Amino acid sequence: MASGRRLFDEATDMDLAECYDLRGIKRRTPAAAMAETKITLEQVRHVARLARLRLSADEEERLRADMDEMLAYVDKLNELDTKDVAPTAQVGEAGMPMRDDEVTNQPAADAMLANAPSRERNYFKVPKIIE
Amino acid sequence: MASELNKLMIAEASAMLRRREISALQLTRDCLERIAAAEPKLHAFITVCEKEAIEQARQADARLAAGDNDMPALCGIPLAIKDIYATKGVRTTCASRILESFVPPFDATVIERLRSDGAVFVGKTNMDEFAMGSSTENSAFGPTLNPHDTGRVAGGSSGGSAAAVAAHECLGALGTDTGGSIREPASFCGVVGLKPTYSRVSRYGVIAYASSLDQVGPFARSVRDAAIILRTLAGKDHRDSTCSARAVPDYERALTGDVKGLRIGVPKEFFVEGMDPEVEKSVRAALKHYESIGASTVEISLPHTGYAIAAYYLVATAEASANLARYDGIRFGLRVNAEDNIALNETTRAKGFGAEVKRRIMLGTFALSAGYYDAYYLKGQKVRTLIRNDFERAFQKCDLIVTPVAPTTAFKLGEKMNDPLTMYLSDIFTISVNLAGLPAMSIPCGYDSKHLPIGMQLIGPPFSEETILRAGDAFERIGATKPRATAI
Repeated sequence: MASGRRLFDEATDMDLAECYDLRGIKRRTPAAAMAETKITLEQVRHVARLARLRLSADEEERLRADMDEMLAYVDKLNELDTKDVAPTAQVGEAGMPMRDDEVTNQPAADAMLANAPSRERNYFKVPKIIE
Repeated sequence: MASELNKLMIAEASAMLRRREISALQLTRDCLERIAAAEPKLHAFITVCEKEAIEQARQADARLAAGDNDMPALCGIPLAIKDIYATKGVRTTCASRILESFVPPFDATVIERLRSDGAVFVGKTNMDEFAMGSSTENSAFGPTLNPHDTGRVAGGSSGGSAAAVAAHECLGALGTDTGGSIREPASFCGVVGLKPTYSRVSRYGVIAYASSLDQVGPFARSVRDAAIILRTLAGKDHRDSTCSARAVPDYERALTGDVKGLRIGVPKEFFVEGMDPEVEKSVRAALKHYESIGASTVEISLPHTGYAIAAYYLVATAEASANLARYDGIRFGLRVNAEDNIALNETTRAKGFGAEVKRRIMLGTFALSAGYYDAYYLKGQKVRTLIRNDFERAFQKCDLIVTPVAPTTAFKLGEKMNDPLTMYLSDIFTISVNLAGLPAMSIPCGYDSKHLPIGMQLIGPPFSEETILRAGDAFERIGATKPRATAI
């Protein structure tokens, strides 16, 4: 550990200064985290709606804190200038292989529906959508 | 336990089966007996397939009795399968409540290939839910314990497969690796774990976590055994368009023991403060051993290593949030009934997913959401390019890169469960390899003073599995690291 660095474990509740954990990774004290919130409870609720997750009040609070810490951590990427860097979406070999469009399987409705939580004849059954 | 055939290596057992010195049935029964004895302490399996395994063993024996010389090496060999692979007619849970009763109507491509070789499947192994974790503590069915010390984790996410191989419950196993999920548990349990090049092995029928990073690979008790399994797994599959059409070499033939002239790169960024000194000492000693058999070492630099975890947690969670959208309570898996369809989706997912899965879906959804895409997801993809470029430059100076697999040996159960960021940091040495799509292998290189295994990571350029396996096998031949018996 480099000397002079403040350790995360030693930071007080009021501490806003930079500190580091035993690995030398920069961490924010809880006080510093409160001072610069990355994500609000309202945003957490919005994202949960997008992700179709019903969260309890406790989960919302916990996720807000966890996401806040992760978003602060990924901020370190802003140390890098990537203005002229192309993004990598895939690392496999380039191109999409072509093949003949041949039918290789058979209809198997019963096998496909065997795992359905609710079915009626050859249909998945869901709550009424249109009145 | 009478004969203890379960302790054989795959290569040995395969030769004995061909000579009819042992039967697949005996071999399988010894594995099942060991499973029955060890599981209460270990919990490496979610589902044990006793009846199916006995039947597969009988079929393998019939095939071996008919005796053609081209018999696949895996005919009659008992393997364990991570519960992330679709197995026809056998429950596949991904260690999640949401798939607790899901029985796939089809086999994953690699399962189909192993079946046609005559392999025997003793069961489906435990894992972190949807492969999200580094300790197998995120399983909805409880953690797997480390066979070397049951107060410690087996690593993750493929912890069940690593523990099962280490504890001789099977002769080899399949895992998957998205950020280190084969290599880290292999290191913690003292076995060999290989993550092949991205696109080397088909992922058809493997439940998706982060599709641009996920890769299939074997666990074994020797490098040779890992090479034997990889031969069957690898190769083109028209059902996975990302899978490479390149010819599959006979990996076992690459194991010549000769590493003369091999240039081993040692990245200065990987030996950082915070690393367990015993781990560093062990890996440095292994490098000396390589020099003693004719390889050379050269210091290299991978300057963006410190950014890999941040880039990974943007890219992987974004992909996960999209992949896991399919668990909606409508077509398969858990359903929690509610007043309308959206409420049904929301309550099903709330009940079906565990805390870590929810955390990653939330982070990924946020990283992809309007107004944040450029700042987070796109930024992550750009940094991914910088990490790939680091490796490309490094491989101009060396043939292989050697690093520790993890900064520490197996940690204690519960130690990191309340601090997700610290848990994520245990993948610091493995994660950049997935971002760059490279092949890498974890092999045992020593033990610490607590008798816990230490793993060394060999990383190569794309499609250099033969070089990695040759170097790993050469290290085993030196015999510097004698495998130790597990505690249970």
